[in-house]
Amino acid sequence: MADTESTQEGAAEAELGRTLGARFASSFTLAILLSIVVVFTVLKGTTFFSLANFNNILLDTSQILMLSIAATFVIITAGIDLSVSSILILSAVIAAQSMIRFSGTPEQTAAYEFPNQHIGIPIGVVLGLVTGAICGLGNGLLITRLKLPPFIVTLGTLSVYLGIAQLLTGGTTVPGVPPAIQNDIGLRNLWPPGFLGIDFRLVPQIVIAFVIALIAGIVLSRTRFGRYTYAIGSNAAAARRVGINVDGHLLKVYTLSGFLSGIAGIFDLFRFGTASIGTHQLDNLASISAAVIGGTSLFGGIGAISGSVIGAFIPVVLRNGLVITGVPSFWQNVAIGIVLIVAVWLDQRRRSAEERM
Amino acid sequence: MEGQQPAAVAPVLRATGIEKRFGPVRALRGVDFEVFPGEVVALIGDNGAGKSTLVNVLTGVTPPDAGEIVFDGKPVRFSSPQEARAAGIETVYQDLAIAPHADAVANIFLGREYLVGGIGGFFGFLDNKRMRKETEEQLERLRVRIPSLGRRLVTLSGGQRQGVAVARAVMWASKIVFMDEPTAALGVAQTEMVLDLIRRVRDTGIPVVFISHNMPNVFQVADRIVVLRLGQVAAHLDPATATINDAVAAMTGAIGNEDRADLAAAGRR
Repeated sequence: MADTESTQEGAAEAELGRTLGARFASSFTLAILLSIVVVFTVLKGTTFFSLANFNNILLDTSQILMLSIAATFVIITAGIDLSVSSILILSAVIAAQSMIRFSGTPEQTAAYEFPNQHIGIPIGVVLGLVTGAICGLGNGLLITRLKLPPFIVTLGTLSVYLGIAQLLTGGTTVPGVPPAIQNDIGLRNLWPPGFLGIDFRLVPQIVIAFVIALIAGIVLSRTRFGRYTYAIGSNAAAARRVGINVDGHLLKVYTLSGFLSGIAGIFDLFRFGTASIGTHQLDNLASISAAVIGGTSLFGGIGAISGSVIGAFIPVVLRNGLVITGVPSFWQNVAIGIVLIVAVWLDQRRRSAEERM
Repeated sequence: MEGQQPAAVAPVLRATGIEKRFGPVRALRGVDFEVFPGEVVALIGDNGAGKSTLVNVLTGVTPPDAGEIVFDGKPVRFSSPQEARAAGIETVYQDLAIAPHADAVANIFLGREYLVGGIGGFFGFLDNKRMRKETEEQLERLRVRIPSLGRRLVTLSGGQRQGVAVARAVMWASKIVFMDEPTAALGVAQTEMVLDLIRRVRDTGIPVVFISHNMPNVFQVADRIVVLRLGQVAAHLDPATATINDAVAAMTGAIGNEDRADLAAAGRR
């Protein structure tokens, strides 16, 4: 009987420890985010802590969030996708150029007239998303068929996909995209005027991003797809032995990563009205940082979307706050790097402590 | 008398004349091996004697070059471990083959998840409640004690992890469980626990093929011992009458051919 009792006691303790452990990474990330918010609020008051500013933060975060979700899935499989930033750019370029082509004759579009834009714009969106998915599938095929490390493959395609985008545009931003995408769609406010007595700017991008984050969170935690993602990252050989199609699953995960990057590219296009080559080139590192700061382990098998959502906010809030405070926003890079290193260090300590139990 | 098998009982698995070559190396040279219902048969031998190769051949990991395998009364040729598993043969590997960052429920049902019914199942939603309940029952039945079902296996002791790995194999094995060095990485108490577990599995009627280097463990748990040496069956031993020295002698070749025949006769009786 004594044995049974002590076992039950141990079970209760373990349950508590597990819950704390699982929440630790997210709560650590949340604590960092909140402290950043508090610091800037103390420094700048309502210039920082205002609805309008939070609105900006939300909009900026929604784009990097897509890449962070992609990174979360990929990193949980113990992989990495460095090419997301180039996929973002290439998808936006393909989408922009298709929109122009299918919205009217070359003469019309050159004259900034888009008689068929109601067809051209959807075609552009679809082709942009398809481009993203194909780029991701390409990564997955190289990783699974050639048995190459994801780091090498996506480092290579980071360059390849960007190069293709540069070839398509001659290295400049894509001009002459139908302005309707920005004016009528990208910046359209879905918030009913005066609803809840506040003036909020709820553009489609924000809604879509957070709905996707919610779906991704459910898929990862509640479905077989999510379970296989964790299992492969935890022990790919074991997953293979129980009959899981590991290569097939990795193909899906990298395709998903490309598709989400394509969505981020479309966001960019609809927000700024043009496909830009020069920006976003460091978004891959930002997305990986967001996932890792949010508790996703680079060694695979551990992570959650909730952590990555919080992790995606941190660089955005930092930059926003630094700009408002008048500090050179380059400090953001310094701060993010430090946060990243501290997060991984704490994660490692937590893990080795856990494994000693 | 545990070592005896009445002639009337048909073996669950009978392999005859199994040959396997790896380049110039003849890993298995005409091995005959049988598994009867409700027994623990130990497969022992020195490093390189062919134990793992034999297990791999019988569990569909590597196809034999020659020989016949009759399983459940029918000749079979498993071309993958999945086929063997579908036929009711499970293997507990030395390195456990678990996902250490997942919990016991996820591991026991890994690759065989229950989905909820209807539209949720179409989207791959897991039926965690049912899997949790069956995991609980299975661990209870085998008296495998772990601190909590929801804990990631990486936080459990080696014995507890092995318990989960065995529980998984037994959960899905309807015919035979192969255990490749299941106690190799364990301490004394944990080893005792796993040996107990092996007996309980046998008592459910499912035969266990126990591969081990550890002679005391083998003699503790086996009903019958098959000794492999240089890719051939060197001896059949009855743990009730044979000694560890006999087993070591058969493994290292200290016993000649004539003695071997005698021992084989004794083991079969």
